[in-house]
Amino acid sequence: MLDGFLALYVFMLAAFTGYEIIARVPVILHTPLMSGSNFIHGIVLVGAMIALGHAQTPLEIGIGFVGVLLGAGNAAGGYVVTERMLEMFKSSRPGGPEQRR
Amino acid sequence: MSWLPGAIKACYFLAALLFILGLKRMSSPRSARGGIVWAGVGMALAVAATFALPGLAHRGLILVALLLGTGAAWWSGRRVAMTAMPQMVALYNGMGGGAAAAIGAAELVAFSGAAVTLLGGGRFTADGVAPGAMQLALAVLGALIGAVSFSGSLVAFAKLQGWLDRRFVFPGQRVVNLLVLALAVALGVLLVAGTLAPGVIAGFFALALLFGLMMTLPIGGADMPVVISLYNAFTGLAVAFEGFVLGNEAMIIAGTVVGAAGTLLTQLMARAMNRSLGNVLFGSFGTATGAAQTIGGAQKPIEANDAAVMMAYAERVVIVPGYGMAVAQAQHKVWEFARLLIERGVKVKFAIHPVAGRMPGHMNVLLAEAGVPYDLIADMDEINAEFPSTDVALVIGANDVVNPLAKTDPASPIYGMPILDVAAAKNVIVVKRGKGTGFAGIENALFYADNARMLYGDGQAVAAELVAALKGIDA
Repeated sequence: MLDGFLALYVFMLAAFTGYEIIARVPVILHTPLMSGSNFIHGIVLVGAMIALGHAQTPLEIGIGFVGVLLGAGNAAGGYVVTERMLEMFKSSRPGGPEQRR
Repeated sequence: MSWLPGAIKACYFLAALLFILGLKRMSSPRSARGGIVWAGVGMALAVAATFALPGLAHRGLILVALLLGTGAAWWSGRRVAMTAMPQMVALYNGMGGGAAAAIGAAELVAFSGAAVTLLGGGRFTADGVAPGAMQLALAVLGALIGAVSFSGSLVAFAKLQGWLDRRFVFPGQRVVNLLVLALAVALGVLLVAGTLAPGVIAGFFALALLFGLMMTLPIGGADMPVVISLYNAFTGLAVAFEGFVLGNEAMIIAGTVVGAAGTLLTQLMARAMNRSLGNVLFGSFGTATGAAQTIGGAQKPIEANDAAVMMAYAERVVIVPGYGMAVAQAQHKVWEFARLLIERGVKVKFAIHPVAGRMPGHMNVLLAEAGVPYDLIADMDEINAEFPSTDVALVIGANDVVNPLAKTDPASPIYGMPILDVAAAKNVIVVKRGKGTGFAGIENALFYADNARMLYGDGQAVAAELVAALKGIDA
């Protein structure tokens, strides 16, 4: 575990980072962004892998297995859905002569 | 292999960096596509590094769970329709919360075993010391938040999917909910104090899951996006807390960033709906007291041909789509109609209310799916100034977000919600299936305005008629 105060600093700085990144986002990106941040907390998968990897009793193994299953679902589902949404955003400016009147 | 731990740490560092940069890129439409790819690379890196972690057992099992979870989610994510996106986000988010809760559970169970069998053997800690009070507290807190996010998100998913169409309300609900939460917290405190009995652990998780369920059940479908966003922030926070316990920096940073970003996003969404978060969570929509204003006048119908001619010879047309358009799958036809207008030299814009669709920005996604370029889409603040110089505003499938009562009737449940000022346009054409009220069951004064004409019919059929009529003008 990180040293107490160092952990607190990391927590504070990361919180500010998250806040600042979102602060100037146009509404049109709210849904993809929510989906994107949903993907990013899919990093929980790593923790679940560690938990399963250190499990010793059958109960711990069971819990860890469910954890990895759910974490992988979060990460993979979040990625696919976000990617699908974002690939549809395009501008009319490049190669859209019919809109240039 | 003394370099291995350092290399794994470096991978986690890179992953955290890629997450932040990816999220940053996702906040602008031009670079958004690249953003998710960057974050995806970070995730792959972190997972691969974890696999290389020394002392990791059950690698086979891990791989099986990894492949199963990834496969199922990938398959469902590929197939889901764009209109169903919000509930899928809820579902995947719930999975993340569940995973965080599972980590907490595994830790607590391991700690409880360790306390009995091997004194001072906190097996999850890198340094091999017994779990401190701080570590236990974070594990319990993360598990609590994760479990609430898990069951709450599943309820949100079921509601938006239409599996649970009634709100579940009973007298004294708030007190009961509070009691359940208080009990869960009490058991959590017991755990932190060192009473790691299996019964206490099981009771704690049961109560936490129950609280998430009961907290979400009374919330109406229209408020669900805000709730999903809140649970998204919850999961982030839970992941960060469990990251502290495991000493995993990538989890701490990614979880905290999402926790903060999600909280802000939740506030932005609530503000766009003119509701406070407390109001969404503890208030009930549609139970506002006071007599609703009665609206005089009649709805004046118009035929598709006349409407098409009106727009064909207009200078500026603003199309206001709502979720009804998406339900009718009319966005492709509407975009075809708009393209025909643009070819005739009409200036066409799409105006989107912040809460159009099922989630802020959802309508943008649906229009993007139909091929509408994002620079033709204007948001509320931008377009409201332009309505007075707009010849025709075509409202299709939107209702509450264009209701002038939000500005004029203090007794209306939507009073104070910012609206698209459609009534200020010279002419308004409203495409609507019938004469009934909207999603929230509120009468709409716009339909009775002098400059408004009603075009009755299914969204897709009407859009097809408009296209045909427009093509017929020059033929």
